[in-house]
Amino acid sequence: MLSAIFILTFLGLTLGLLLGVASSYFAVESDPLELEIEAMLPGSQCGQCGYPGCTPAATALVKGEADITLCPPGGRSLAEELAERLGVSVDLSNMEDKEPVIARIREELCIGCTKCFKRCPTDAIVGGPKQIHAVISDACTGCEKCFEVCPTECIDMRPIPKTLKDWYWPKPAFAA
Amino acid sequence: MGLSDIKLFKIRGGVHPFENKQATAGSKIISVPLADRLYIPLQQHIGAPAEPIIKRGDKVLKGQLLANSQGAISAPVHAPTSGRVIAIKKYPAPHPSGLPVRTIIIEPDGEQRWIDSSFSYHDPFSLDPDEISARVAAAGIVGMGGATFPSAVKLNLRKRFKLNQLVINAAECEPYLTCDDQLMREHADEIVEGIRIMMHALQVKKATVAIEANKPEAIKTMAAACADIPEITVVKVPVQYPMGSEKHLVQTLTGKETPARALTADIGIVVHNVATAHAVQQCIRYGLPLIDRVVTVSGGAVKKPGNFLTPIGTPVSLLFDMADGFISEPARIIGGGPMMGQPLPGTQVPIVKGSGGLLALTKDEIAEKQAMPCIRCGGCVTVCPCGLLPLEMAIRARNNQLDAAVDFGLMDCIACGSCSYVCPSHIPLVQYFNFAKGALTEKQRAKHKQEETRRLAESRNIRMEAQAKAKREAMVKRKAEMAAKKAQQAKEKNHKEASA
Repeated sequence: MLSAIFILTFLGLTLGLLLGVASSYFAVESDPLELEIEAMLPGSQCGQCGYPGCTPAATALVKGEADITLCPPGGRSLAEELAERLGVSVDLSNMEDKEPVIARIREELCIGCTKCFKRCPTDAIVGGPKQIHAVISDACTGCEKCFEVCPTECIDMRPIPKTLKDWYWPKPAFAA
Repeated sequence: MGLSDIKLFKIRGGVHPFENKQATAGSKIISVPLADRLYIPLQQHIGAPAEPIIKRGDKVLKGQLLANSQGAISAPVHAPTSGRVIAIKKYPAPHPSGLPVRTIIIEPDGEQRWIDSSFSYHDPFSLDPDEISARVAAAGIVGMGGATFPSAVKLNLRKRFKLNQLVINAAECEPYLTCDDQLMREHADEIVEGIRIMMHALQVKKATVAIEANKPEAIKTMAAACADIPEITVVKVPVQYPMGSEKHLVQTLTGKETPARALTADIGIVVHNVATAHAVQQCIRYGLPLIDRVVTVSGGAVKKPGNFLTPIGTPVSLLFDMADGFISEPARIIGGGPMMGQPLPGTQVPIVKGSGGLLALTKDEIAEKQAMPCIRCGGCVTVCPCGLLPLEMAIRARNNQLDAAVDFGLMDCIACGSCSYVCPSHIPLVQYFNFAKGALTEKQRAKHKQEETRRLAESRNIRMEAQAKAKREAMVKRKAEMAAKKAQQAKEKNHKEASA
């Protein structure tokens, strides 16, 4: 009985020590820049960039494999921030802003299947089983996840309508 | 106290545009008849749009509340006449974009029947200041100089700041406009009472009415109207655009400069427009909501310019008809004054609470010229009343270096347009600043949305994890229960066997 306790304690301590040493020796260096870039991304893991989530996207950005304009929910302002942080100069003035879109549910076709709101990364869809769902437009990032799963194709991706609040004068035509 | 010649202080810069006020100066205020349809936008003020409490087909009476204010900075709207609500739908706004806004459309029945109000007159000076601002809020009164900030919010400033003076802005420095001038000539006593009510609401002991020197008649009538009231003085301020900018007006009167991006209340002064003072008087004395206003219709293309008391919601086209139509096809139609007013998308849009002027300008008046390179003459720097460097800001805005433009003071620009006015190369300076401010706001909004998205995604993750954990725990619990049950059964079985 006593020897068993000793052996097990000894085993536990040695193995624990081994593990501790190994963890510091074989630690995978995670790039602090990657973490920083990841914090800048929206973090909704929507996958619109073509990467499975924001972490892989950040890795790709740091490695220079991905374009800084990859993130549609982040839009132009994020691209500018990324350009500044990563020290890449990209001419964004020529980059046509991909017009931001948001989802809209056509109520007459919605069957209340709940598939869309289960997938929505920002909880922008409200509804319940056999209840018509609706999109909270302020919270929608236009990631199209709901668009893909809707069995009745009742979700449209529409450009965000301009209102008096966000309209502003266009830049005056070029004057020398 | 009447007219006083206190020592005035100089403000820097400014321009002296051709006044063009003679066309309408002294023309009596004419009441505009009812239009066939009145279009009442739910957003006529800064802040959240009002929310309708009536529905299509409802009969409404004059002065009836149509839509409630939403939130702290908002204003309700009332029916300008009796009639039937024929629709609540999107209709082009009196705004350069012409974007549709939610609008209540009323078909007047021509009877002008007032709503039975339970209003009873109380001596306003026995009312609690809070009660006054509550009534002003309920009457839908907003700043009528054009900024349309809800007036009640400004009347409540005494809670946050130590105030010592009310300044009534009657400078009316925009060329062409004479609506405030005429209002003072015809309704000086009511305005003075309005000022006294506002002083009581703000709990200040002093008020100054500032009128530009080019309105001698108004100065005379106002001075006479407040001759017996020692707390109110009328001050003649020099003609200098933009004298009507509240910060510059306060500096002219007191010599004190309002800190950058702060309120005049920070230096103890609240500024209200003279037409707002009139509306406040109408509200407190007679219980009237804000359902009409005086509008100056002028410009070289207008046949018979004049001042018109217009029900809110009247289409602009009717006002031009009242002015006998056009001499020539107008090159541009402007809501407000020629310096800071904005072009209107057409004549179908309605008059709203902030519309003080309506101009139809000829080609000669707008004098559109091809922009040429900057010759760095510094003219814009000399005239900028805020002490900025418009040429430097514009070049940065043009090259999309918005943050650099902000470093040069973009956010302190009041968009008065003096720089564009004097530029010998006709560079659209203020237009660049308007664009840059809009682009910056959009950027901020995008950033805010991104932060919101992150917050939503995070809270969703937390919730999903909590759900998964709860599921796991439930599973473990059920397993344990099952195991316990089995053990129990086995025990009982053993027991039975043993007893058997």
